Amino acid sequence: MKVILRQPRREIELEGVRRVSDLLRRLDVVAESVLVIRGDELLTVDEPLAEDDVVELRPVISGGGS
Amino acid sequence: MKCRVCREKAVIQVRRHNANFCRPHFIDHVRRQVERTIADYRMIRSGDRLLLGVSGGKDSLALWDILTELGYRVDGVYLHLGIGDYSSDSLRLSQAFAAERDLHLRVVDLPEEYGFSVPEAARASRRNACSACGLSKRYILNRVAVDGGYDTLVMGHNLDDEAATLFSNVLQWNLEYLARQHPVLPASDGLAKKIKPLIRVAERETAAYAVLSGIEYEVEECPMVAGNTINRYKEWLNRLEEESPGIKAQFLKGFLDRGSKAFRDGTAPELVPCETCGSPTTGKVCAFCRLRDVTVVDLRRRESA
Repeated sequence: MKVILRQPRREIELEGVRRVSDLLRRLDVVAESVLVIRGDELLTVDEPLAEDDVVELRPVISGGGS
Repeated sequence: MKCRVCREKAVIQVRRHNANFCRPHFIDHVRRQVERTIADYRMIRSGDRLLLGVSGGKDSLALWDILTELGYRVDGVYLHLGIGDYSSDSLRLSQAFAAERDLHLRVVDLPEEYGFSVPEAARASRRNACSACGLSKRYILNRVAVDGGYDTLVMGHNLDDEAATLFSNVLQWNLEYLARQHPVLPASDGLAKKIKPLIRVAERETAAYAVLSGIEYEVEECPMVAGNTINRYKEWLNRLEEESPGIKAQFLKGFLDRGSKAFRDGTAPELVPCETCGSPTTGKVCAFCRLRDVTVVDLRRRESA
């Protein structure tokens, strides 16, 4: 499957990812820090993924601050 | 996963509420959270003129949408920080949002109106960029609110922003900042009232709200923000949240309900008008005018070199 990462935007290929929770674990990403988006839908951690899926992992942390 | 309300397929899990939601019920849930926050803290009186700080990011645009949907009439103010494509891109997104909904967006151009950009100010003052930016934003947004006759300046700080700021202030025991951290800061001489209606909505939820409402926002991060301490604290707090859902909200709510008044007694410094611009300050010349002076001098020196 193809995974789109942001900040900056780039793409990686992964194989054998069965669910959103596997994807997050493989990339060592905390669910609370991202949205997982496929097309125009948001995916919950239990959502099954297919080999031909294109999924965006969109970070939600922003702002900076002093 | 099924929606808590209608049992349809859920699109988002909100673990600290032990709940999953479908799209319409999530949108409704977020709006209710904001509505309750406004009521609980008596943030808005009927007839108040409201000005929202708009950055083009998920929080300010989601908040503008939510307040409008709740029936408030809110103008926006965008501050162009002079950070290359990032600034022009966020301005474009903010203007598109306002135009689509027939909302009024004021634009202030920092380089044009004050003679310097955030990167220039950071370089000249040897502050980090986020600090020079935060200082400029607080100063200018307040000015626009006061000069424009608005009753209240509305800010899009979310639960994660406030929890990370609190964490930072506690780590440093910054008593002055702890005394001032509150979702409602009343108006005082030269300062507009300031409110933060998103403090019960987590960052992930404002992002989800924006995506699910079809709001196009600036997804890329500001190029000056790399390594920012507050963002690192947010990541740590999210690791804690993963282990203990609700801990961020508990940390902030506990402080606001029980902790904050202990810091508010007797620590408020007296404010006097800045000798240069007249804005309230604790010193003779306010921090913004000092930043501006050192930056303008630096720019002139570079020009003549």
